[in-house]
Amino acid sequence: MADEPSGDGRREEIKKEGIRDDVAGSEPASSAGPEVCEAVVAKLEMVADESAPKEPVPVEARAETTAKAEEAELVRAAYEHPLAIRITHWVNAISLFVMITSGLRIFRAFPSFGPKIPEKILLDIPKSLTLGGWLGGALQWHFTFMWFFAASGIFYLLFQIFSGHYRTMLFMPRDISGVWPMARHYFLFGPKPPAMGQYNPLQKLAYTSTVGLGALSLLTGMVMYKPTQFSWLAFLFGGFHLTRIWHFAAMCGFLAFIPGHLIMVALHGWANFFSMFSGWKREPEYQE
Amino acid sequence: MITRLEDKELKRKSRRELLKLAPIVALGAFAFPKVSNRLIEEGVRFSDWAAGEMFRSQHLAQTFSNSEVVPFAKFPYNFYDVVDPGVNLEKWTLTVEGDVRHPGEYTLTQIQALPKIVQNTRHICVEGWDVIGSFGGARISDFLKLIGANVGPNNRARFLEVTCVDDYYESIDMASALHPQSLFCYEMYGQPLDRGHGAPLRLQMPTKLGYKQAKYLDTIRITNVLTSGKTGYWEDQGYSWFGGL
Repeated sequence: MADEPSGDGRREEIKKEGIRDDVAGSEPASSAGPEVCEAVVAKLEMVADESAPKEPVPVEARAETTAKAEEAELVRAAYEHPLAIRITHWVNAISLFVMITSGLRIFRAFPSFGPKIPEKILLDIPKSLTLGGWLGGALQWHFTFMWFFAASGIFYLLFQIFSGHYRTMLFMPRDISGVWPMARHYFLFGPKPPAMGQYNPLQKLAYTSTVGLGALSLLTGMVMYKPTQFSWLAFLFGGFHLTRIWHFAAMCGFLAFIPGHLIMVALHGWANFFSMFSGWKREPEYQE
Repeated sequence: MITRLEDKELKRKSRRELLKLAPIVALGAFAFPKVSNRLIEEGVRFSDWAAGEMFRSQHLAQTFSNSEVVPFAKFPYNFYDVVDPGVNLEKWTLTVEGDVRHPGEYTLTQIQALPKIVQNTRHICVEGWDVIGSFGGARISDFLKLIGANVGPNNRARFLEVTCVDDYYESIDMASALHPQSLFCYEMYGQPLDRGHGAPLRLQMPTKLGYKQAKYLDTIRITNVLTSGKTGYWEDQGYSWFGGL
């Protein structure tokens, strides 16, 4: 990379973009990422460069400039997602897909929350959206992937708690005030609030909620699977009947979250998406 | 935490971290039907094993007051073939086989002579619906004592197999069969069991799903070895064998 910083118009453009970062999804595309960064770093170095004497440079000073030129090659990056988070994210994504599609097939066997007699069909779920072929097949998928779902969920929680990593995503009372400006930005084209950390308040709210939804689906699932063995839990959820409704409601929560999550990921480009595989995010929006 | 590093270094680190995710690719095996069929069978077997471990032999299922019981007309008739297989109630006997001291034919009168249990419990179908019904009958455990079944604390037989007049068949783990609420049921709502609900005798176990509650019982067998491929009508098609609640 012999891209010498040369004080041309391009650098000015980049500088502007760095300040005027207010358009949704305006993050630099991944191919532009490293250059942008080099240029920004180079710009910082320029201050020193400009004050440098114009006459022939002494040997020591020349060495210094070389070092600076090397520094100019550096990329800003953050290790956002530890391995445990990435593994549980993808195991959970696969499990949720299986649990929802097979769950819908199970629900199809009795698509109601009322009595069996008379049965009022609440929803006619198209077979094509479901997994398992029939009730028995769907139950097999459900009863297999519930273990992956539960194991990854519990492991995730333990990791978050004991590593302290939860601080990046846990929604706290202090985040409340930031939710509306962020929602206004996403949904009503309001100005973009400055990025303060890995996640904005709306993201924290969404991610924290999904952890709650996961816990709700797991606990209500346990009640439906073994209502007698977990009778105390059944009691907590208001009995077998209500538990089935809670379980369905938790799935609805996931169905509300997932499309929004996928759209946001699509809007935020490759570097952001790829960070959930590699852990490293190139050129994060935030400063520290 | 922002770090500044060379592009090459970032790529190297990213690649290394990416490779660490490789084990997840193993889940891709589920995408191939041939493999996934086996895997989910194993998954169900594991679930059944866990369910057996979770089962508490003396923990009672919830019981309900008479006012919470659904009217008899709203208790569904469920059957796999015909609602009434035409049992000859006059000549009916229960055939007892297997690891018992007194095999042979038993009449309904002999079963009714055992202490009668009446309970209002929840009947849960694998489909997701449930009804609270009123059931009366003899404890399975009492009857097993009567026939001298090998159900003592040591080396007891592991399973109760039943076959029905309508060719339905089931098998139950012994711990569930011996549960204090597990009945050979001959009454519902204080009336003799009607034909549609399994007259003259059916299983009624509030710790099991509906498809385990075989009706129109014909034969019971106490055994240590389940008949291969004949563990239960629905189970042989893919339902969980344990089917516990």
